[in-house]
Amino acid sequence: MKIGKVIGTVVSTLKLEQYIGEKMLLVKILDPDGTETSETLVAFDRCQAGKDDVVLLIDEGNSARQVLETGPTGVVRAVCVGYVDSVNLYK
Amino acid sequence: MNLGKVIGTVVSSKKVESLVGVKLLIVQPLDEDLNPSGAPVVACDSQQAGPGQIVTYIGGREASLPLPDPFNPSDATITSIVDEVD
Repeated sequence: MKIGKVIGTVVSTLKLEQYIGEKMLLVKILDPDGTETSETLVAFDRCQAGKDDVVLLIDEGNSARQVLETGPTGVVRAVCVGYVDSVNLYK
Repeated sequence: MNLGKVIGTVVSSKKVESLVGVKLLIVQPLDEDLNPSGAPVVACDSQQAGPGQIVTYIGGREASLPLPDPFNPSDATITSIVDEVD
């Protein structure tokens, strides 16, 4: 799983049929200490995340298909599955 | 999924049978400000995307699934055409 920050939304009309009704979020991947990396992902939303929320996301197809209940042919990979309240790093 | 911009097409007359009839496009990955980030990739098209359009594309095993024959060697496939990034 990864930690990311919601920085925007992506709106699309022409898309795969299985994407209809799903919110797409633009997520900036964070390092464990909270600094932004250069990686940006488009992820589906399963936790009603909004702007600047720090979220837990999965970037793996099989888990995403289970969370989104798409069945075996779901073309999904990144899904926001929870909020991050805090991260404690051992020194 | 990632954001990208269609910057070209690839024509291939001799290819794996599972990719016959599939349009190949060159996609430049974009960052959140829609600036280029990283090297362009060749992506299969499932959405009739055209030149200059902003799209989302998916990588990994999922890239094979939207195409007519799901057992194909695609590692990037366009899944939607972006209207707006907010």
